[in-house]
Amino acid sequence: MSDDVSSLPALRSLARRRVLVAGGALVALRAVPARAQTASELPQVAALADDLAGRVPRFGRLSLVIPRLADNGNAVPLRIAMSGLFPAGTELKSIRLYSPKNPVALMARFDFPAPPAKPEVDMRVRLAGTQRIAAIAELANGELHAAVADVDVTISACLDGT
Amino acid sequence: MTPLDVARAAGAAVLGIALAAGAAWAAPRSGIDYAGADVRAIQSDDAQNPGMLWVDRGRALWSDGPRPCASCHGDAASSMKGVAARHPAWSTAARRVVDLEDRINACRVERQQLPAFARESEDLNALTAFVATQSRGMPVAVDVTGLAQPAFERARDFYVARRGQMNLACASCHVDNAGKRLLAETISEGHGNGYPAYRLEWQAVGSLQRRLRACLFGIRASLPPEGADVLTELELYLAWRASGLTVEAPGVRR
Amino acid sequence: MAFARIQLPPSVKRGDAVEVRISIRHPMETGFRVDDDGRTIARNTLKSLTCRYGDREVLRASLGSGIAANPYLRFHITAVASGDLVFEWVDDAGEHGDARAALVVAG
Repeated sequence: MSDDVSSLPALRSLARRRVLVAGGALVALRAVPARAQTASELPQVAALADDLAGRVPRFGRLSLVIPRLADNGNAVPLRIAMSGLFPAGTELKSIRLYSPKNPVALMARFDFPAPPAKPEVDMRVRLAGTQRIAAIAELANGELHAAVADVDVTISACLDGT
Repeated sequence: MTPLDVARAAGAAVLGIALAAGAAWAAPRSGIDYAGADVRAIQSDDAQNPGMLWVDRGRALWSDGPRPCASCHGDAASSMKGVAARHPAWSTAARRVVDLEDRINACRVERQQLPAFARESEDLNALTAFVATQSRGMPVAVDVTGLAQPAFERARDFYVARRGQMNLACASCHVDNAGKRLLAETISEGHGNGYPAYRLEWQAVGSLQRRLRACLFGIRASLPPEGADVLTELELYLAWRASGLTVEAPGVRR
Repeated sequence: MAFARIQLPPSVKRGDAVEVRISIRHPMETGFRVDDDGRTIARNTLKSLTCRYGDREVLRASLGSGIAANPYLRFHITAVASGDLVFEWVDDAGEHGDARAALVVAG
């Protein structure tokens, strides 16, 4: 689904049908990474490198669903999700989210004292400009999984001094 | 006629004389139609719409205090239904056009014997959002005839007159260039039916007057003070332009 | 006055994956904004947020300035028995907030 709002006829029919987003469904503009990712894809973030402590995360199961082009850097919807099975001893324990461009690199941390019924969390992030963000998920057995996503953040067309 | 009058007349002629004659463009389209998919998703889901936090606060304020709004108006869902849809409106008591914020403050001062809320205060935005939400889904339908007509005409003239360092009129963008790109954004028709709205830029709910002042700032024009008549009258004109669009409060805008 | 909105399905069956959504009124001040007088507005984010379901903690989170103002979260828990979901949070300014909603579990 194109994010280009200048395709007005598609918008008109959307508005007419009054599409209601039920049950917290995100408008998923990009799901799993388009190409295979490796550790070399991770953005350079000191906090991320420190947390990895030399360990190499796996790619492929963790995904970041976030628009390619943000409407406004103040609030960009994001879903962090993990696919696959979690046999006993490999439950999802924590997720950390990192930004290379924000003044504070660790954007958020989620811990699951009880295994979540679904391995996913939705939130809205604040991005200080176009950048590649990264998420690291840790399982109960110490396994690390990573995902990255590139987001374009543009400035407002008009300055707002109010 | 002064040179300024001539310029204004010429401006009106160039910038949307159809407006002056009484709206001959295709059916208006809400700002939400011009918004990106994410903004539309957030607005359409009350669980995600941050504006609902202001509506919730307004609901609490409605029943708060020794002489709350509820003591006269009871259940807002019935007593306030349609009120936002027909505002701004001429007020006989105030002898001018008033918007919803003015109405709420008038009640607060005259009936509740409380100090007026400051414009753009969180409480006033919350109460206005709560009252406006009672008209959600109803068509905007304001009366621009009779005693309101001079205000309507003043605002219509304002809308087509160029101003600011950038020498733009409201109509320059919102009539002549609606649908076109401005940097990464698409210019909307500039309707106010989504207000009070949670603007991502503000990270808070704000009034339509705040949005108008933001626009004037954007074209580097001088800003009228909050609550100024020129802004209230502009709100009336915009509501007329938006006739037929539904009240979307609390809207979500970029 | 802390305002939060919790959304839960009206009723679920034991064992269901339950969608939990919460919206919290909080400015999530980054510490990099400047007010009209030129003074820096102090950083104030949700240092700690917890969710308990019955007597079990089901979520712990620390939301920094990289999370948008008026944070929204959506996650899932497994329905066990009817009971309250209780959210509690502390921000960088030391302010506490809480919100709760009842989960009705059939069967």
